[in-house]
Amino acid sequence: MYDVNKIREDFPIFALSINGKPNTFLDSAASAQKPKIVIDKMNDMYLHEYANVHRGSYLLSEEITLAFEQARETVQKFVNASSSSEIVFTRSATESINLVAASWGRKFIKSGDEVLISEAEHHANLVPWQVLRDEIGFKLNICRVNDDGSFDMEDFRKKLSSKTKLVAITGMSNVLGTIFPLKQIISLAHAGGAKILVDACQLAVHQNIDVKDLDCDFLAFSGHKTYGPTGIGILYGKYELLDSMPPYQCGGDMVDIVTYEHTTFDVPPARFEAGTPAIVEAIGLAEALKYLMQIGQDNITNHENELTAYTLEQFSQIKGLHQVGTAQGKGGVFSFVVDDIHPQDLAFILDKEGVAVRVGHHCAAPLVKRMGHSSVARASLGLYNTKEDIDILVKAINKAKTFF
Amino acid sequence: MTIDELIENFAFLDTWEDKYRYLIELGEKMPPLPESYKTAPWQVKGCQSQVWLVPSKEEDRLHFLGDSDAAIVKGLISIVLLIYDNKSPSEIKAVAVDDIFAKIGLKEHLSPSRRNGLEAMVAKIRQYADIL
Ligand SMILES: Cc1ncc(COP(=O)(O)O)c(C=O)c1O
Repeated sequence: MYDVNKIREDFPIFALSINGKPNTFLDSAASAQKPKIVIDKMNDMYLHEYANVHRGSYLLSEEITLAFEQARETVQKFVNASSSSEIVFTRSATESINLVAASWGRKFIKSGDEVLISEAEHHANLVPWQVLRDEIGFKLNICRVNDDGSFDMEDFRKKLSSKTKLVAITGMSNVLGTIFPLKQIISLAHAGGAKILVDACQLAVHQNIDVKDLDCDFLAFSGHKTYGPTGIGILYGKYELLDSMPPYQCGGDMVDIVTYEHTTFDVPPARFEAGTPAIVEAIGLAEALKYLMQIGQDNITNHENELTAYTLEQFSQIKGLHQVGTAQGKGGVFSFVVDDIHPQDLAFILDKEGVAVRVGHHCAAPLVKRMGHSSVARASLGLYNTKEDIDILVKAINKAKTFF
Repeated sequence: MTIDELIENFAFLDTWEDKYRYLIELGEKMPPLPESYKTAPWQVKGCQSQVWLVPSKEEDRLHFLGDSDAAIVKGLISIVLLIYDNKSPSEIKAVAVDDIFAKIGLKEHLSPSRRNGLEAMVAKIRQYADIL
Protein backbone atom coordinates (compact mmCIF):
# COMPACT_ATOMS: atom_id res chain seq x y z
CA MET A 1 0.00 0.00 0.00
CA TYR A 2 1.46 3.34 -1.06
CA ASP A 3 0.79 5.73 1.80
CA VAL A 4 1.56 9.13 0.35
CA ASN A 5 0.79 10.95 3.58
CA LYS A 6 3.35 8.88 5.37
CA ILE A 7 5.85 9.53 2.58
CA ARG A 8 5.26 13.27 2.92
CA GLU A 9 6.34 13.01 6.53
CA ASP A 10 9.76 11.88 5.30
CA PHE A 11 10.23 15.33 3.74
CA PRO A 12 10.73 18.01 6.42
CA ILE A 13 10.05 20.87 4.01
CA PHE A 14 6.36 19.99 3.76
CA ALA A 15 5.90 20.83 7.43
CA LEU A 16 6.49 24.48 6.53
CA SER A 17 3.81 26.70 5.07
CA ILE A 18 4.33 29.02 2.10
CA ASN A 19 2.76 32.48 2.28
CA GLY A 20 0.64 31.11 5.11
CA LYS A 21 -0.68 28.33 2.87
CA PRO A 22 0.13 24.62 2.67
CA ASN A 23 3.27 23.96 0.65
CA THR A 24 1.92 22.81 -2.69
CA PHE A 25 5.16 21.96 -4.39
CA LEU A 26 4.67 21.15 -8.06
CA ASP A 27 8.14 21.86 -9.42
CA SER A 28 9.93 18.59 -8.83
CA ALA A 29 10.93 18.42 -12.49
CA ALA A 30 13.24 21.36 -11.78
CA SER A 31 14.53 19.89 -8.55
CA ALA A 32 12.98 17.50 -6.06
CA GLN A 33 12.70 17.95 -2.30
CA LYS A 34 14.92 15.85 -0.06
CA PRO A 35 13.87 13.22 2.44
CA LYS A 36 15.22 13.64 5.94
CA ILE A 37 17.36 10.50 5.73
CA VAL A 38 19.39 12.10 2.92
CA ILE A 39 19.92 15.29 4.89
CA ASP A 40 20.75 13.33 8.04
CA LYS A 41 23.17 11.07 6.23
CA MET A 42 25.07 14.01 4.78
CA ASN A 43 25.15 15.80 8.11
CA ASP A 44 26.35 12.67 9.76
CA MET A 45 29.18 12.26 7.26
CA TYR A 46 30.39 15.79 7.98
CA LEU A 47 29.94 15.43 11.74
CA HIS A 48 31.51 12.03 12.25
CA GLU A 49 33.07 10.49 9.18
CA TYR A 50 34.59 13.15 6.99
CA ALA A 51 37.96 12.98 5.22
CA ASN A 52 39.14 12.93 1.61
CA VAL A 53 38.73 9.74 -0.42
CA HIS A 54 41.33 7.57 -2.13
CA ARG A 55 44.07 9.22 -0.10
CA GLY A 56 45.58 8.96 3.40
CA SER A 57 46.04 5.58 4.94
CA TYR A 58 44.14 6.33 8.10
CA LEU A 59 40.83 5.20 9.45
CA LEU A 60 38.55 8.12 8.48
CA SER A 61 39.82 8.20 4.93
CA GLU A 62 39.49 4.45 4.54
CA GLU A 63 35.95 4.53 5.86
CA ILE A 64 34.75 7.34 3.68
CA THR A 65 36.45 5.81 0.63
CA LEU A 66 34.49 2.66 1.33
CA ALA A 67 31.24 4.62 1.71
CA PHE A 68 31.97 6.50 -1.53
CA GLU A 69 32.59 3.29 -3.46
CA GLN A 70 29.51 1.70 -1.89
CA ALA A 71 27.56 4.72 -3.15
CA ARG A 72 28.78 3.83 -6.63
CA GLU A 73 27.50 0.29 -6.13
CA THR A 74 24.12 1.65 -5.07
CA VAL A 75 23.93 3.65 -8.29
CA GLN A 76 24.98 0.54 -10.22
CA LYS A 77 22.08 -1.31 -8.63
CA PHE A 78 19.68 1.57 -9.27
CA VAL A 79 20.35 1.53 -13.02
CA ASN A 80 21.13 -2.21 -13.16
CA ALA A 81 24.60 -1.78 -14.63
CA SER A 82 26.92 -4.79 -14.95
CA SER A 83 29.66 -3.25 -12.89
CA SER A 84 30.19 -0.25 -10.63
CA SER A 85 33.13 0.66 -12.90
CA GLU A 86 30.50 1.78 -15.41
CA ILE A 87 29.30 4.50 -13.05
CA VAL A 88 31.05 7.86 -13.26
CA PHE A 89 30.29 10.52 -10.68
CA THR A 90 29.93 13.95 -12.25
CA ARG A 91 28.61 17.30 -11.09
CA SER A 92 25.27 16.98 -12.89
CA ALA A 93 23.54 15.52 -15.92
CA THR A 94 24.74 18.57 -17.78
CA GLU A 95 28.33 17.67 -17.00
CA SER A 96 27.70 14.01 -17.87
CA ILE A 97 26.51 14.96 -21.35
CA ASN A 98 29.35 17.45 -21.80
CA LEU A 99 31.77 14.73 -20.78
CA VAL A 100 30.49 12.39 -23.49
CA ALA A 101 30.59 15.20 -26.06
CA ALA A 102 34.09 16.36 -25.14
CA SER A 103 35.68 12.94 -24.67
CA TRP A 104 33.85 10.36 -26.76
CA GLY A 105 32.47 12.85 -29.27
CA ARG A 106 35.72 14.62 -29.99
CA LYS A 107 37.53 11.33 -30.49
CA PHE A 108 34.97 9.34 -32.45
CA ILE A 109 32.78 11.77 -34.40
CA LYS A 110 34.35 12.97 -37.62
CA SER A 111 33.43 15.65 -40.10
CA GLY A 112 30.83 14.18 -42.43
CA ASP A 113 29.28 12.08 -39.65
CA GLU A 114 25.89 12.78 -38.15
CA VAL A 115 24.46 13.15 -34.67
CA LEU A 116 20.72 12.76 -34.17
CA ILE A 117 18.78 14.38 -31.34
CA SER A 118 15.08 15.17 -30.94
CA GLU A 119 13.10 18.40 -30.90
CA ALA A 120 12.30 17.75 -27.26
CA GLU A 121 15.80 18.02 -25.85
CA HIS A 122 16.71 20.13 -22.84
CA HIS A 123 19.40 22.70 -23.70
CA ALA A 124 21.81 20.37 -21.85
CA ASN A 125 21.38 17.80 -24.61
CA LEU A 126 21.28 20.27 -27.47
CA VAL A 127 23.88 22.96 -26.95
CA PRO A 128 26.90 20.64 -26.31
CA TRP A 129 26.21 18.99 -29.68
CA GLN A 130 25.86 22.32 -31.47
CA VAL A 131 29.17 23.48 -30.05
CA LEU A 132 30.90 20.21 -30.97
CA ARG A 133 29.35 20.33 -34.45
CA ASP A 134 30.81 23.79 -34.98
CA GLU A 135 34.18 22.47 -33.91
CA ILE A 136 34.22 19.19 -35.88
CA GLY A 137 31.88 19.95 -38.74
CA PHE A 138 29.48 17.00 -38.44
CA LYS A 139 25.78 17.31 -39.22
CA LEU A 140 23.36 17.70 -36.33
CA ASN A 141 19.97 16.25 -37.24
CA ILE A 142 16.85 16.86 -35.23
CA CYS A 143 13.94 14.45 -35.34
CA ARG A 144 10.42 15.68 -34.78
CA VAL A 145 7.82 15.30 -32.12
CA ASN A 146 4.17 15.34 -33.18
CA ASP A 147 1.83 18.18 -32.27
CA ASP A 148 0.58 16.25 -29.24
CA GLY A 149 4.18 15.89 -28.07
CA SER A 150 4.53 12.22 -28.98
CA PHE A 151 7.66 10.86 -30.61
CA ASP A 152 7.53 10.82 -34.41
CA MET A 153 8.99 7.39 -35.11
CA GLU A 154 8.67 7.80 -38.86
CA ASP A 155 10.73 10.96 -38.84
CA PHE A 156 13.29 9.30 -36.58
CA ARG A 157 13.68 6.41 -39.00
CA LYS A 158 14.03 8.88 -41.85
CA LYS A 159 16.75 10.89 -40.13
CA LEU A 160 18.69 7.91 -38.87
CA SER A 161 21.29 7.00 -41.46
CA SER A 162 24.43 4.98 -41.85
CA LYS A 163 26.31 8.19 -41.13
CA THR A 164 24.67 8.60 -37.73
CA LYS A 165 27.38 8.08 -35.13
CA LEU A 166 25.34 9.00 -32.10
CA VAL A 167 21.69 9.30 -31.12
CA ALA A 168 21.40 11.54 -28.04
CA ILE A 169 17.86 11.54 -26.78
CA THR A 170 15.75 12.22 -23.73
CA GLY A 171 13.88 9.39 -22.03
CA MET A 172 11.16 11.77 -20.87
CA SER A 173 10.59 15.35 -21.90
CA ASN A 174 10.85 17.91 -19.12
CA VAL A 175 8.28 20.07 -20.93
CA LEU A 176 5.85 17.66 -22.57
CA GLY A 177 5.99 14.76 -20.14
CA THR A 178 6.21 12.42 -23.13
CA ILE A 179 7.92 9.15 -22.42
CA PHE A 180 9.95 8.23 -25.47
CA PRO A 181 9.87 4.65 -26.80
CA LEU A 182 13.49 4.12 -25.82
CA LYS A 183 13.78 0.42 -26.51
CA GLN A 184 12.65 0.83 -30.07
CA ILE A 185 14.78 3.93 -30.58
CA ILE A 186 17.83 2.15 -29.19
CA SER A 187 17.45 -1.00 -31.24
CA LEU A 188 16.98 1.05 -34.41
CA ALA A 189 20.01 3.18 -33.57
CA HIS A 190 22.14 0.12 -32.91
CA ALA A 191 20.93 -1.60 -36.06
CA GLY A 192 22.25 1.41 -37.99
CA GLY A 193 25.56 1.26 -36.15
CA ALA A 194 25.03 4.35 -33.97
CA LYS A 195 25.79 4.67 -30.28
CA ILE A 196 23.09 5.99 -28.02
CA LEU A 197 23.09 8.40 -25.11
CA VAL A 198 19.93 8.65 -23.00
CA ASP A 199 19.20 11.82 -21.05
CA ALA A 200 17.39 10.15 -18.16
CA CYS A 201 17.08 13.26 -16.00
CA GLN A 202 13.31 13.06 -15.85
CA LEU A 203 12.87 9.38 -16.60
CA ALA A 204 15.02 8.24 -13.67
CA VAL A 205 12.69 10.04 -11.28
CA HIS A 206 9.54 8.42 -12.49
CA GLN A 207 10.39 5.00 -13.88
CA ASN A 208 12.58 2.04 -13.29
CA ILE A 209 15.89 2.38 -15.16
CA ASP A 210 17.53 -0.77 -16.46
CA VAL A 211 20.52 -0.04 -18.66
CA LYS A 212 21.01 -3.74 -19.46
CA ASP A 213 17.47 -4.11 -20.67
CA LEU A 214 17.60 -0.80 -22.56
CA ASP A 215 21.04 -1.63 -23.94
CA CYS A 216 21.92 2.08 -24.08
CA ASP A 217 25.57 3.04 -24.41
CA PHE A 218 25.47 6.11 -22.16
CA LEU A 219 22.88 7.34 -19.71
CA ALA A 220 22.91 10.56 -17.70
CA PHE A 221 20.92 11.87 -14.77
CA SER A 222 21.18 14.38 -11.94
CA GLY A 223 21.17 13.68 -8.22
CA HIS A 224 19.04 16.64 -7.27
CA LYS A 225 16.05 15.51 -9.32
CA THR A 226 16.10 12.03 -7.86
CA TYR A 227 15.60 13.35 -4.29
CA GLY A 228 19.35 13.57 -3.70
CA PRO A 229 21.63 16.58 -3.24
CA THR A 230 22.77 19.13 -5.82
CA GLY A 231 26.30 19.02 -7.17
CA ILE A 232 26.27 15.34 -8.06
CA GLY A 233 25.33 13.69 -11.33
CA ILE A 234 25.72 10.30 -12.91
CA LEU A 235 27.13 9.13 -16.17
CA TYR A 236 26.61 5.48 -16.94
CA GLY A 237 28.69 4.18 -19.83
CA LYS A 238 29.35 0.70 -21.14
CA TYR A 239 32.78 -0.20 -19.83
CA GLU A 240 34.47 -0.85 -23.15
CA LEU A 241 33.25 2.55 -24.37
CA LEU A 242 34.46 4.36 -21.28
CA ASP A 243 37.74 2.54 -21.61
CA SER A 244 38.16 3.76 -25.18
CA MET A 245 37.74 7.39 -24.17
CA PRO A 246 40.38 9.98 -23.29
CA PRO A 247 40.15 11.94 -20.04
CA TYR A 248 37.75 14.86 -19.85
CA GLN A 249 39.50 16.89 -17.18
CA CYS A 250 42.95 16.25 -15.82
CA GLY A 251 44.44 16.44 -12.37
CA GLY A 252 44.70 14.31 -9.28
CA ASP A 253 42.96 11.00 -8.73
CA MET A 254 42.70 10.09 -12.42
CA VAL A 255 46.30 9.25 -13.24
CA ASP A 256 48.38 6.10 -13.30
CA ILE A 257 52.05 7.05 -13.59
CA VAL A 258 53.08 10.69 -13.61
CA THR A 259 56.51 12.00 -14.47
CA TYR A 260 57.47 15.53 -15.48
CA GLU A 261 57.60 14.33 -19.07
CA HIS A 262 54.56 12.16 -19.35
CA THR A 263 51.47 10.79 -17.66
CA THR A 264 49.43 7.64 -18.13
CA PHE A 265 45.84 7.66 -17.07
CA ASP A 266 43.89 5.50 -14.69
CA VAL A 267 41.13 3.14 -15.82
CA PRO A 268 37.44 4.16 -15.77
CA PRO A 269 35.67 5.45 -13.80
CA ALA A 270 38.64 7.11 -12.04
CA ARG A 271 39.90 8.41 -15.40
CA PHE A 272 36.87 10.71 -15.55
CA GLU A 273 36.88 11.84 -11.94
CA ALA A 274 39.74 14.31 -11.79
CA GLY A 275 40.24 16.05 -8.50
CA THR A 276 38.41 15.64 -5.23
CA PRO A 277 34.90 14.49 -6.05
CA ALA A 278 31.62 15.54 -4.42
CA ILE A 279 32.12 12.90 -1.76
CA VAL A 280 29.31 13.62 0.65
CA GLU A 281 26.93 14.38 -2.20
CA ALA A 282 27.63 11.00 -3.79
CA ILE A 283 26.87 9.31 -0.49
CA GLY A 284 23.75 11.46 -0.10
CA LEU A 285 22.61 10.49 -3.58
CA ALA A 286 23.07 6.82 -2.77
CA GLU A 287 20.90 7.32 0.29
CA ALA A 288 18.19 8.87 -1.88
CA LEU A 289 18.37 6.02 -4.39
CA LYS A 290 18.14 3.47 -1.59
CA TYR A 291 15.06 5.31 -0.36
CA LEU A 292 13.51 5.05 -3.83
CA MET A 293 14.40 1.36 -4.17
CA GLN A 294 12.93 0.69 -0.75
CA ILE A 295 9.61 2.27 -1.70
CA GLY A 296 9.90 0.49 -5.03
CA GLN A 297 10.12 2.40 -8.29
CA ASP A 298 7.12 0.52 -9.67
CA ASN A 299 5.01 1.62 -6.71
CA ILE A 300 6.10 5.20 -7.29
CA THR A 301 5.24 4.92 -10.99
CA ASN A 302 1.80 3.56 -10.13
CA HIS A 303 1.11 6.35 -7.68
CA GLU A 304 2.25 8.97 -10.17
CA ASN A 305 0.29 7.42 -13.03
CA GLU A 306 -2.86 7.60 -10.95
CA LEU A 307 -2.13 11.20 -10.11
CA THR A 308 -1.32 11.97 -13.75
CA ALA A 309 -4.69 10.61 -14.85
CA TYR A 310 -6.37 12.67 -12.14
CA THR A 311 -4.53 15.83 -13.20
CA LEU A 312 -5.37 15.35 -16.88
CA GLU A 313 -9.01 14.84 -15.95
CA GLN A 314 -9.08 17.94 -13.72
CA PHE A 315 -7.27 20.07 -16.29
CA SER A 316 -9.72 19.05 -19.00
CA GLN A 317 -12.45 20.69 -16.96
CA ILE A 318 -10.77 24.08 -16.69
CA LYS A 319 -12.18 26.27 -19.43
CA GLY A 320 -9.51 28.10 -21.40
CA LEU A 321 -6.70 25.85 -20.23
CA HIS A 322 -4.63 24.34 -23.03
CA GLN A 323 -2.22 21.55 -22.31
CA VAL A 324 1.09 21.48 -24.11
CA GLY A 325 1.95 17.82 -24.53
CA THR A 326 -0.84 15.27 -24.41
CA ALA A 327 0.89 12.15 -25.68
CA GLN A 328 -0.53 8.79 -24.67
CA GLY A 329 1.13 7.36 -21.59
CA LYS A 330 2.80 10.61 -20.63
CA GLY A 331 4.28 11.07 -17.17
CA GLY A 332 3.67 13.64 -14.48
CA VAL A 333 4.91 16.78 -16.20
CA PHE A 334 2.16 19.16 -17.30
CA SER A 335 2.90 22.25 -19.35
CA PHE A 336 -0.04 24.49 -20.03
CA VAL A 337 -1.27 27.95 -20.91
CA VAL A 338 -4.52 29.62 -19.91
CA ASP A 339 -6.41 31.96 -22.23
CA ASP A 340 -5.87 35.65 -21.42
CA ILE A 341 -3.36 34.97 -18.64
CA HIS A 342 0.36 35.30 -19.14
CA PRO A 343 2.15 32.35 -17.50
CA GLN A 344 4.19 34.80 -15.43
CA ASP A 345 1.04 36.42 -14.04
CA LEU A 346 -0.39 33.00 -13.36
CA ALA A 347 2.71 32.01 -11.41
CA PHE A 348 2.52 35.19 -9.29
CA ILE A 349 -0.99 34.29 -8.21
CA LEU A 350 -0.29 30.59 -7.71
CA ASP A 351 2.68 31.54 -5.54
CA LYS A 352 0.41 33.56 -3.27
CA GLU A 353 -1.71 30.44 -2.91
CA GLY A 354 1.36 28.43 -1.88
CA VAL A 355 1.57 26.66 -5.25
CA ALA A 356 5.02 26.35 -6.82
CA VAL A 357 5.05 25.94 -10.60
CA ARG A 358 7.69 27.04 -13.05
CA VAL A 359 7.12 29.37 -15.98
CA GLY A 360 9.18 30.17 -19.03
CA HIS A 361 10.86 28.02 -21.64
CA HIS A 362 12.16 25.42 -19.16
CA CYS A 363 15.60 25.32 -20.77
CA ALA A 364 14.00 23.95 -23.92
CA ALA A 365 13.31 27.20 -25.75
CA PRO A 366 13.17 25.77 -29.30
CA LEU A 367 10.70 23.10 -28.16
CA VAL A 368 8.38 25.57 -26.44
CA LYS A 369 8.48 27.66 -29.62
CA ARG A 370 7.84 24.60 -31.78
CA MET A 371 4.74 23.91 -29.66
CA GLY A 372 3.56 27.42 -30.47
CA HIS A 373 4.48 29.39 -27.35
CA SER A 374 7.19 31.61 -25.96
CA SER A 375 6.44 30.75 -22.36
CA VAL A 376 4.39 28.06 -20.64
CA ALA A 377 3.55 27.22 -17.05
CA ARG A 378 4.61 23.78 -15.86
CA ALA A 379 3.38 21.72 -12.95
CA SER A 380 5.30 18.53 -12.26
CA LEU A 381 4.82 15.65 -9.87
CA GLY A 382 7.03 13.99 -7.33
CA LEU A 383 6.45 10.86 -5.33
CA TYR A 384 5.09 12.99 -2.47
CA ASN A 385 2.34 14.79 -4.36
CA THR A 386 -1.30 14.14 -3.62
CA LYS A 387 -4.71 14.65 -5.16
CA GLU A 388 -5.12 17.52 -2.71
CA ASP A 389 -2.11 19.21 -4.30
CA ILE A 390 -3.84 18.98 -7.67
CA ASP A 391 -7.11 20.23 -6.19
CA ILE A 392 -5.30 23.24 -4.72
CA LEU A 393 -3.58 23.88 -8.06
CA VAL A 394 -6.88 23.72 -9.95
CA LYS A 395 -8.57 26.01 -7.45
CA ALA A 396 -5.69 28.49 -7.71
CA ILE A 397 -5.84 28.47 -11.52
CA ASN A 398 -9.56 29.12 -11.38
CA LYS A 399 -8.95 31.92 -8.92
CA ALA A 400 -6.29 33.43 -11.21
CA LYS A 401 -8.85 33.49 -14.01
CA THR A 402 -11.02 35.90 -12.00
CA PHE A 403 -8.23 38.49 -12.12
CA PHE A 404 -8.14 38.89 -15.88
CA MET B 1 -0.30 60.62 -9.44
CA THR B 2 2.72 61.07 -7.18
CA ILE B 3 4.62 58.30 -5.47
CA ASP B 4 3.20 59.34 -2.12
CA GLU B 5 -0.33 59.08 -3.48
CA LEU B 6 0.49 55.66 -4.87
CA ILE B 7 1.86 54.49 -1.51
CA GLU B 8 -1.29 55.80 0.12
CA ASN B 9 -3.53 53.99 -2.36
CA PHE B 10 -1.75 50.72 -1.69
CA ALA B 11 -2.04 51.30 2.06
CA PHE B 12 -5.82 51.03 1.70
CA LEU B 13 -5.53 47.58 0.16
CA ASP B 14 -5.38 44.89 2.81
CA THR B 15 -5.05 41.70 0.80
CA TRP B 16 -2.65 40.60 -1.89
CA GLU B 17 -5.66 39.99 -4.11
CA ASP B 18 -6.62 43.66 -3.95
CA LYS B 19 -3.02 44.72 -4.46
CA TYR B 20 -2.69 42.54 -7.56
CA ARG B 21 -6.01 43.77 -8.94
CA TYR B 22 -4.86 47.34 -8.47
CA LEU B 23 -1.54 46.52 -10.15
CA ILE B 24 -3.37 45.10 -13.14
CA GLU B 25 -5.47 48.26 -13.28
CA LEU B 26 -2.36 50.44 -13.17
CA GLY B 27 -0.90 48.47 -16.03
CA GLU B 28 -4.05 48.85 -18.09
CA LYS B 29 -3.92 52.62 -17.65
CA MET B 30 -0.38 52.91 -18.95
CA PRO B 31 -0.07 54.60 -22.33
CA PRO B 32 0.42 51.84 -24.90
CA LEU B 33 3.92 51.31 -26.23
CA PRO B 34 3.95 51.61 -30.04
CA GLU B 35 4.46 48.17 -31.60
CA SER B 36 7.55 49.42 -33.40
CA TYR B 37 9.35 49.57 -30.05
CA LYS B 38 8.55 45.97 -29.17
CA THR B 39 11.79 44.83 -30.70
CA ALA B 40 15.11 43.43 -29.54
CA PRO B 41 16.96 46.72 -28.92
CA TRP B 42 14.37 47.80 -26.36
CA GLN B 43 13.87 44.43 -24.73
CA VAL B 44 15.02 44.02 -21.13
CA LYS B 45 16.76 40.67 -20.79
CA GLY B 46 16.46 38.23 -17.93
CA CYS B 47 12.70 38.23 -17.62
CA GLN B 48 10.16 35.43 -17.69
CA SER B 49 7.83 37.73 -19.59
CA GLN B 50 8.70 40.10 -22.38
CA VAL B 51 9.60 43.54 -21.05
CA TRP B 52 10.48 46.64 -23.07
CA LEU B 53 11.95 49.94 -21.95
CA VAL B 54 12.41 52.96 -24.20
CA PRO B 55 14.33 55.98 -22.85
CA SER B 56 14.43 59.52 -24.14
CA LYS B 57 15.98 62.73 -22.89
CA GLU B 58 14.57 66.23 -22.83
CA GLU B 59 16.96 68.86 -21.56
CA ASP B 60 18.44 67.17 -18.51
CA ARG B 61 15.44 64.98 -17.72
CA LEU B 62 14.98 61.36 -18.70
CA HIS B 63 11.67 59.93 -19.85
CA PHE B 64 10.74 56.31 -20.15
CA LEU B 65 8.12 54.27 -21.92
CA GLY B 66 7.66 50.66 -20.92
CA ASP B 67 5.51 47.64 -21.49
CA SER B 68 5.22 43.93 -20.88
CA ASP B 69 3.10 41.13 -22.26
CA ALA B 70 2.27 40.11 -18.68
CA ALA B 71 -0.38 42.17 -16.91
CA ILE B 72 0.96 42.15 -13.36
CA VAL B 73 4.46 42.83 -14.62
CA LYS B 74 3.05 45.74 -16.60
CA GLY B 75 1.53 47.14 -13.42
CA LEU B 76 4.87 46.82 -11.68
CA ILE B 77 6.51 48.61 -14.60
CA SER B 78 4.05 51.46 -14.30
CA ILE B 79 5.23 51.93 -10.72
CA VAL B 80 8.88 51.85 -11.75
CA LEU B 81 8.18 54.47 -14.41
CA LEU B 82 6.24 56.62 -11.95
CA ILE B 83 9.30 56.48 -9.70
CA TYR B 84 11.86 57.30 -12.39
CA ASP B 85 10.16 59.29 -15.11
CA ASN B 86 11.00 62.96 -15.57
CA LYS B 87 14.05 62.89 -13.33
CA SER B 88 17.60 64.01 -13.94
CA PRO B 89 20.35 61.38 -14.00
CA SER B 90 21.56 62.41 -10.55
CA GLU B 91 18.02 62.23 -9.17
CA ILE B 92 17.67 58.77 -10.70
CA LYS B 93 20.82 57.65 -8.95
CA ALA B 94 19.52 58.97 -5.63
CA VAL B 95 16.16 57.12 -5.66
CA ALA B 96 15.81 54.48 -2.93
CA VAL B 97 13.62 52.19 -5.01
CA ASP B 98 13.77 49.33 -2.50
CA ASP B 99 12.27 51.54 0.19
CA ILE B 100 9.41 52.59 -2.05
CA PHE B 101 8.57 49.01 -3.01
CA ALA B 102 8.77 48.03 0.65
CA LYS B 103 6.30 50.77 1.55
CA ILE B 104 3.94 49.62 -1.18
CA GLY B 105 4.26 46.06 0.12
CA LEU B 106 5.63 44.61 -3.13
CA LYS B 107 9.23 44.32 -2.10
CA GLU B 108 9.58 40.68 -3.12
CA HIS B 109 9.12 41.69 -6.74
CA LEU B 110 12.37 43.63 -6.77
CA SER B 111 14.45 40.65 -5.78
CA PRO B 112 17.08 39.76 -8.36
CA SER B 113 16.16 36.09 -8.09
CA ARG B 114 12.56 36.73 -9.08
CA ARG B 115 13.46 37.15 -12.72
CA ASN B 116 10.30 39.09 -13.44
CA GLY B 117 12.34 41.76 -15.11
CA LEU B 118 11.79 44.52 -12.60
CA GLU B 119 15.23 44.36 -11.13
CA ALA B 120 16.74 44.21 -14.60
CA MET B 121 14.62 47.18 -15.60
CA VAL B 122 15.79 49.29 -12.68
CA ALA B 123 19.40 48.39 -13.52
CA LYS B 124 18.79 49.44 -17.12
CA ILE B 125 17.28 52.76 -16.07
CA ARG B 126 20.31 53.49 -13.91
CA GLN B 127 22.53 52.53 -16.81
CA TYR B 128 20.68 54.93 -19.12
CA ALA B 129 21.13 57.64 -16.48
CA ASP B 130 24.89 57.13 -16.85
CA ILE B 131 25.08 57.19 -20.62
CA LEU B 132 22.33 59.55 -21.78
C1 LIG C 1 15.52 16.44 -19.47
C2 LIG C 1 16.60 17.19 -18.75
N1 LIG C 1 17.87 17.10 -19.18
C3 LIG C 1 18.87 17.73 -18.56
C4 LIG C 1 18.65 18.54 -17.47
C5 LIG C 1 19.81 19.23 -16.84
O1 LIG C 1 19.98 18.84 -15.53
P1 LIG C 1 21.03 19.57 -14.59
O2 LIG C 1 20.70 21.01 -14.64
O3 LIG C 1 20.80 18.98 -13.25
O4 LIG C 1 22.38 19.26 -15.12
C6 LIG C 1 17.35 18.68 -17.01
C7 LIG C 1 17.07 19.56 -15.86
O5 LIG C 1 16.29 20.49 -15.91
C8 LIG C 1 16.30 17.99 -17.65
O6 LIG C 1 15.03 18.09 -17.24
